Amino acid sequence: MAGRVRTCDDRCVTTAAPVRPPLVRTHDDRLVSGVCAAVARHLRLDPLIVRGLFVALAFAGIGVLIYALLWVFLPQAETVDLPGMAAQGDPARPGAAPRLSLDALRDKPSLAILLIGVGGALLLTQVGPFGQVRVLWPLIIVGVGLALIWRQVDDRDLLSRRSLRWRLAAGALVTVVGLITVLTTLNLLEVSWQSFAATLLILGGVGLATAPWWRRLVAERSSERRARIRVEERAEVAAHLHDSVLQTLALIQRHADSPREVNRLARGQERELRSWLYGHAGEDSATFGGALERAVADIESSYDVQVQSVVVGDAPVEERLAAVVQASHEAMRNAARHARVEDVSLYAEIEAEGVTVFVRDRGIGFDQDGIAEDRRGVRHSIVGRMARHGGSARITSTPGSGTEVELRMARVSS
Amino acid sequence: MSQLRIFLVDDHAMIRSGVRAELAADPEASLAVVGEAGTVEDAVRGILSSTPDVVLLDVHMPNGGGRAVLDQVRGQAPGVRFLALSVSDAAEDVIGVIRGGARGYVTKTISGADLRDAVSRVAAGDAIFSPRLAGFVLDAFAAGPAVVPEDVAEKALDLLSAREREVMRLLARGYTYREIGQQLFISIKTVETHASNVLRKLQVSNRNELTRWAADRRIV
Repeated sequence: MAGRVRTCDDRCVTTAAPVRPPLVRTHDDRLVSGVCAAVARHLRLDPLIVRGLFVALAFAGIGVLIYALLWVFLPQAETVDLPGMAAQGDPARPGAAPRLSLDALRDKPSLAILLIGVGGALLLTQVGPFGQVRVLWPLIIVGVGLALIWRQVDDRDLLSRRSLRWRLAAGALVTVVGLITVLTTLNLLEVSWQSFAATLLILGGVGLATAPWWRRLVAERSSERRARIRVEERAEVAAHLHDSVLQTLALIQRHADSPREVNRLARGQERELRSWLYGHAGEDSATFGGALERAVADIESSYDVQVQSVVVGDAPVEERLAAVVQASHEAMRNAARHARVEDVSLYAEIEAEGVTVFVRDRGIGFDQDGIAEDRRGVRHSIVGRMARHGGSARITSTPGSGTEVELRMARVSS
Repeated sequence: MSQLRIFLVDDHAMIRSGVRAELAADPEASLAVVGEAGTVEDAVRGILSSTPDVVLLDVHMPNGGGRAVLDQVRGQAPGVRFLALSVSDAAEDVIGVIRGGARGYVTKTISGADLRDAVSRVAAGDAIFSPRLAGFVLDAFAAGPAVVPEDVAEKALDLLSAREREVMRLLARGYTYREIGQQLFISIKTVETHASNVLRKLQVSNRNELTRWAADRRIV
């Protein structure tokens, strides 16, 4: 059946036909273990029909076996792990009317467990010495206890929740009480008590004898896990260093005669390694600081300049802040291209009411009145862009001592 | 003019020899390297025996790093001034050595001339703020809610004055002390006083936000 699912999945990926839901048990629609619901969903049948079928088969004996096997072998899944199921509106879900009674059961899982217990006990009465009516009730109790335990074990985060642990303990208690009652009723208690004690003694002896081994097994498992994590981390570091640092070192050796190129490579690699080691905002372009860092990285890799960037505060990028980033980028590009310097300073301060960015160089500067009309960079990309988005740009330049571009943008109050 | 006596602490011998060469390249030869150390223990012993004017201190070293050297030496040799020199940009490292008593922080990519200038200024008692350190200060003192403490003296330590903030902003923008003086129409001496005050606040302010801020930065 699993094979069918797979081929169907493969075919349905390309076509628009609805995918047959995978054969998995979920928590949401289960009455006991979710086996019937899973089968029904997969076959696109009403769960009620499947459940009825299983009950009918149970009387023939084989149904219980099938059910148990399915319970063991069907994987469990969270609802969120099932793409397509929620989106399709789950075709297996029956109409409201036949589900009413089942919903009542779902809200009271104990009722379902009781029914399972009764069913199990009825089944046992068919077998050997249990065929006596007086052991029926104790058997029911055992069945309920077992069902209770099994159902709890199904939960993946077993023992992590306090209520679960209590329910588990209750299940165990019910089972034990049921078993004792069965044995008492059959007058087997005396005998079984002796054999129980003997078994307990043997088990205890074996346990004690093998205790060191168990302990070592547990210790080995945890140390193995630690070692595996270490190896994985190491592999990740090695992969990263190989992809970046080693490649750059090779490039540097090849460009050893060109100081400019070596400088550029070293700078780019340093920035990348730094952002990897210290987790700077560099890789996150969804924030203003991250976007600015990317602009800085672009300038440093395109031109032979070093940008000393200082960003105070941060904010998510929205349209107006994106305009500020672009204008800053352009200002840095201008400094890199025209100022004839190796160092450019970028300072950005993000406050609640607004954003201020300063791009400064100590280069040759220019006469502001003498800016040619065709210098689109300053006029259009910086001043114009800032004005269009409701901000302002101020450019101060003195020939011989450098240029400073100041960008201001009010933030949308939210 | 008497020579300034410098001590180098860095666990990388190549960095030490590089810094040594840069300091020796001073045209006035006013800086003399009196010793160097590659480990925390050697550094503590060497600094205490040679009592230099300025220690150039690496932040990252085995066995506690620059902070360990500061903690062990500061009490016994109060006259020695420290300038942190590091490749690390992590706020925690920077704020850590400053709070440990360093008079400033520069990165290892600093030019030789700037390094010599910074060393002389530290020897003269100035505080050295790289633009990045100034940015950290602005960030750190802006962080947290603007709760006004009851105690006025405490408040003064936990907040930057408007002038100090202005000076830090200009430092972060890459201005020199002289340029800041011109910009704000105050003397260089006043700028230096503001910078020293900020450094002192950074060192003695015990607001929790500061340490928490630095710790957060490490993760972000």
